Amino acid sequence: MAYTEQEVLAGLAEIVAEETGLAVETVTADKSFVDDLDIDSLSIMTIVTHAEDKFEVTIPDEAAKDFNTVGDAVNFIVGAQG
Amino acid sequence: MATLKQAAGSQFSRIYGFGAYRGENVVTNDDIAGPIDSSDEWIRQRTGIITRRRADADLSVIDLAVNAAQDVLNTTGIAASDIGAVILSTVTYFHQTPAAAAIVAERIGANPAAAYDISAACAGYTYGIAQADAFVRAGTAKYVLVIGAEKMSDFIDPTDRSISFLLGDGAGAAIVGPSDTPGIGKTVWGADGTKAGSIYQTHSWQEMGANPELGFPTLRQDGPSVFKWASFKMGPVALEAIDAAGLTPQDIDVFVPHQANMRIIDQLIKQIKLPEHVVVGRDIADTGNTSAASIPLAAHRLLAEGTAKSGDVCLQIGFGAGLAYAAQVIVLP
Ligand SMILES: CC(C)(COP(=O)(O)OP(=O)(O)OC[C@H]1O[C@@H](n2cnc3c(N)ncnc32)[C@H](O)[C@@H]1OP(=O)(O)O)[C@@H](O)C(=O)NCCC(=O)NCCS
Repeated sequence: MAYTEQEVLAGLAEIVAEETGLAVETVTADKSFVDDLDIDSLSIMTIVTHAEDKFEVTIPDEAAKDFNTVGDAVNFIVGAQG
Repeated sequence: MATLKQAAGSQFSRIYGFGAYRGENVVTNDDIAGPIDSSDEWIRQRTGIITRRRADADLSVIDLAVNAAQDVLNTTGIAASDIGAVILSTVTYFHQTPAAAAIVAERIGANPAAAYDISAACAGYTYGIAQADAFVRAGTAKYVLVIGAEKMSDFIDPTDRSISFLLGDGAGAAIVGPSDTPGIGKTVWGADGTKAGSIYQTHSWQEMGANPELGFPTLRQDGPSVFKWASFKMGPVALEAIDAAGLTPQDIDVFVPHQANMRIIDQLIKQIKLPEHVVVGRDIADTGNTSAASIPLAAHRLLAEGTAKSGDVCLQIGFGAGLAYAAQVIVLP
């Protein structure tokens, strides 16, 4: 069963909140991981690993490196679902 | 047909004590940040390292190992002549042969104990404990001296951003011997040669011989992939070691992982779901990553500072180049 864009965003926001201690509501699609949410590359890697488990997708390191905003990650995950 | 006799040792084994040696020079992040265009803030945030310890130039990795070995002989009161085997884990002894362990054994007065080196990098100490435990229980040796000694500063490139800034010099030692009660749980270990390129030496001695312009080889790593592997693949290994010891994470008092990166340590605590009360070895903050020496150094410090105590149940896990890993639960001496 594929997750909708809304579901992926909500799930990803939960993962980000868990990793960073930020409030879930602050994690919106337009936010930049680094500039707006102050998340560093090691935390992004952790978030990506949890997202792979949760949404049952593979996110190669090269793809993760290109995630600027939360929306970029959501789009990749939605597209990567089987 | 003649029937041969097979030896049997003690039913159980345990660690009798730890010995420690740290490089005498304190090297700050500011001291090394220049050539790698880094900063104190960046290094602290990504690794938790505030300082690393480095040894004087005139000391060899053998000197480091001897210091730690003498310390553990002193604390335990075990005579060097009672040591049946000396196992030295190091990747920074630059002789192919003979083994550094034989020289260490001679220098501490343990001749003619069996003595050899093992190469399992940051997993080397926990590999050594696995071997020592087996020797004691098989009757191959009564007391085994396990040493992790690294003079990483001989093997780094100050302009390398990938790994050199993490590394420190030190040696940690433990003596394993017979016990009336279980003191070392089953070792869960392995290696994954498909990831041999994740932490590596820039070139071989042979290549340097053929092309002297290459200079002395140094270490490199693919940091992000090692971070991911250590943070997420080592949790299940640790859980398996806890289970093999007949325990649950609730039973663990002390956690001493290889001191690679504070962020990896924090992630492992989450993955293993260690309870709040667990005392965690965080020696990396001022000693840096000392590879095979890091676990005994961190354990020695917790006991010396009194944050951990004799009889505590301690989960230890080593992981690194290979990629190789080994975890076991031990009772602290
Ligand atoms: C080495 C490590 C700290 C690097 O952190 P990282 O966040 O993964 O680094 P990346 O390579 O993804 O680079 C992220 C950014 O930091 C920069 N960077 C990398 N190394 C840097 C350094 N030493 N100092 C300053 N900046 C550095 C990169 O240029 C990059 O910048 P950009 O985003 O502007 O392009 C980290 O990967 C790590 O600790 N891994 C575990 C390794 C380990 O413990 N090994 C020993 C096992 S025994």
